[in-house]
Amino acid sequence: MYSKSRRSALPSGTEAPDFILRSTPDQWLTLSEFRGQPLVLAFYPADWSPVCGDQMTLYNEMLKEFHDLGAELIGISVDGAWCHAAFARDRKLHFPLLADFEPKGDVARRYGVYRDKDGVSERALFVIDGDGKVFWSYVSPIGVNPGADGILSALEGLQSKNAKVAAGTK
Amino acid sequence: MIPRKYFTLPDPARDHIQGAIDGPIALLEYGDYECPFCAEVQPVVDAVIERMGDSLCFGFRHFPMASAHPHAEHAAEAAEAAGAQGKFWEMHEVLFQNQHALADEYLAEYAAALGLDTQRFIDEVLSEIYADRIREDFRSGVRGGVNGTPCFFINGQRYDGARALEPLLAALTQDALAI
Repeated sequence: MYSKSRRSALPSGTEAPDFILRSTPDQWLTLSEFRGQPLVLAFYPADWSPVCGDQMTLYNEMLKEFHDLGAELIGISVDGAWCHAAFARDRKLHFPLLADFEPKGDVARRYGVYRDKDGVSERALFVIDGDGKVFWSYVSPIGVNPGADGILSALEGLQSKNAKVAAGTK
Repeated sequence: MIPRKYFTLPDPARDHIQGAIDGPIALLEYGDYECPFCAEVQPVVDAVIERMGDSLCFGFRHFPMASAHPHAEHAAEAAEAAGAQGKFWEMHEVLFQNQHALADEYLAEYAAALGLDTQRFIDEVLSEIYADRIREDFRSGVRGGVNGTPCFFINGQRYDGARALEPLLAALTQDALAI
């Protein structure tokens, strides 16, 4: 057996670890607040990547599509709350950015997507269902913006699964 | 709604197309008139279209990053409004060449310079009558895997290579050989 352990993103079906993180310098957000609706958690390495290829800027344009599928969106990186505030203001982002800042990267670690060597999280996407379980996860190569197609497909998949469950319980 | 098959291919039924509609090689660009990288690549795209002639079917779709680029949406409306008067590509070029000046009053000036019915153009841009079409472009891009602008698809496959003439031509013609 290799002694070196390799972290990997929490797979579908796992309980999504709860967390409480700063969303602004004086506000906090907890995962459990989103119970009852799908949530998209987008871990990304750092604020301030160039605009036209920026993942958060793209998702900002996609908010309506996410909301149409009943989902909320949250971005998470190891940047501090003041950095996030400046970044969100500059890019006119209309969704929360959480600061996984202290202890640094703790939430990313618990989701299996922290890069020890680089001190940042992976570009990792999680769709959490209304019961707080991971429905879908995906880790993109760190230099590649994964776009939003995978998230939309996952949210649609979750919607049709919920519809089936609802039909089955009637 | 654009059919899934056409998320990454020019759709002759609805898209603005240059080159030959039945050209064997399809190049689809998703772009934003206020994106500096899109303006930068525009001469390359023009050169590709010229070099490849009838073997290329080039289509352009709008992918405005509206919150980051405050003029992108109206610029896309302007291209569509010009298109309604038969001058889509002319406006397309003007917008990229004047990327620093995309406020509504400039758009009206460009329309006048292109000899368009300016009143109709202004009414259409201000009332955003092409918003649904532009959103349709955007959504098809997202579903096709666009992750930033400009984004190119060659025969339905995303092209992630360098945005310069030689590599783009090489990718296009290599693909032609494989057909």
